[in-house]
Amino acid sequence: MDKTVPDLAAAVAGITDGMSLMVGGFGGSGAPIELIHALIDQFKATGSPGRLTIINNNAGNGRVGIAAMIDAGMVEKMICSFPRSADPRAFTEKYLGGEIGLELVPQGTLAERIRAGGSGIPAFYTPTSYGTDLAAGKPIAEFEGRHYVQERWLKADAALIKAELADLLGNLTYRKAARNFSPLMAAAAKLTIVQASRIVAPGEIDPEHVITPGIFVDRIVEVADPQQEEALMRDGVAYA
Amino acid sequence: MSTRLSNAQIAWRAAQDIEDGAYVNLGIGFPELVAKFQPPGRHAIFHTENGVLNFGESPPEGEEDWDLINAGKKAITLKPGAAFFHHADSFAMVRGGHLDVAILGTYEVAETGDLANWSTGPRGVPAVGGAMDLVHGAKRVAVITDHVTKDGRPKLVERCSLPLTGVGCVTRVYTSLAVLDIEDRHFVLREKLPGISVDELQGLTGARLVIPATVGDLVAPEV
Repeated sequence: MDKTVPDLAAAVAGITDGMSLMVGGFGGSGAPIELIHALIDQFKATGSPGRLTIINNNAGNGRVGIAAMIDAGMVEKMICSFPRSADPRAFTEKYLGGEIGLELVPQGTLAERIRAGGSGIPAFYTPTSYGTDLAAGKPIAEFEGRHYVQERWLKADAALIKAELADLLGNLTYRKAARNFSPLMAAAAKLTIVQASRIVAPGEIDPEHVITPGIFVDRIVEVADPQQEEALMRDGVAYA
Repeated sequence: MSTRLSNAQIAWRAAQDIEDGAYVNLGIGFPELVAKFQPPGRHAIFHTENGVLNFGESPPEGEEDWDLINAGKKAITLKPGAAFFHHADSFAMVRGGHLDVAILGTYEVAETGDLANWSTGPRGVPAVGGAMDLVHGAKRVAVITDHVTKDGRPKLVERCSLPLTGVGCVTRVYTSLAVLDIEDRHFVLREKLPGISVDELQGLTGARLVIPATVGDLVAPEV
């Protein structure tokens, strides 16, 4: 088995208008910049994919990555916990202009909804958001004398993930805190696309060290020395 | 003598109550200061929502590794015995009751323990992050805050006027003037600055203070 694809364009092929897309990363840590930019390249060349729903903790920073997708006009809706950043102009301008939708989800609930989506669990109860505006309209239940809010699973048509090592079977490791949402998203998407800094033969990742088992991964592309959002911002890069 | 504690002094006071070995989450911004003031010999283990336990201070400028950040997106370092984990595990630590202490900033806190710290109303872009998760699960949820707003209105109130982060979740409040516990839906005064009278403090508080027989002096060093 070999899940590698030859280049970034092949990696993001088949993502089409109106899809939901999970994007790994927390701020710039774990953001799959090259995969996102490959999708922007495809949009510039063909006008597709547009009307995307993007699921990420944030809503882009500066003019690169998710912010550049928003600038390019590819994004219809964000599902995130914290649509603010050092430079949130891309999202803020479109949001205040009514040009982009927002589903605001508490961070732990977002993580658990994605985990549930990848685990075949349609709903669960959490104390988070009970009694707040973000619980409006959701079923409430009492367990052991406390109130809990029912939340539903979150799944996606595709996920874009940044890993450190991948083997040909799709087993993954991550670098430091770049792991964050990625193992959850890899399981919750129908098509999981991974950029890895290095692709190795099966057996070269110690099974004890695998974080995301290859069963959750569909495509792998090697991106040595991946770009980091903070460095691109410091250099004033605007991708869209 | 200053008539109120600085933010650093409020953070210092909150740090004195963190036990050795406690697992602690500090909210982004002002609460991050608490980590600087651990008493000698005590070593808390700090948790950040994005998947790190036992992180340390920021690295020197130019030595940042942007895969190693905290929830505020600031570069951090690791202490020996640190651990990485994914977001669902991170919030299992939060909601599962495994954290000993969460220390958060606030716009308002009510005598019922209700907290409002995520939204100042319908204008602008709403953002909640991990605040609504953090207020459920930590064994102690404390807030650190100025006693009044910049224009002098009470931040300690009967009922929050701003959108809630959580209901009945706060157990202790450290302010620029006092330390208070929330017990049986009331603010119970534990310590106050020596230079302020109970009446003056009550006048700056938007809910009735319960005054126990013994109220300690709130004294913080210049930090």
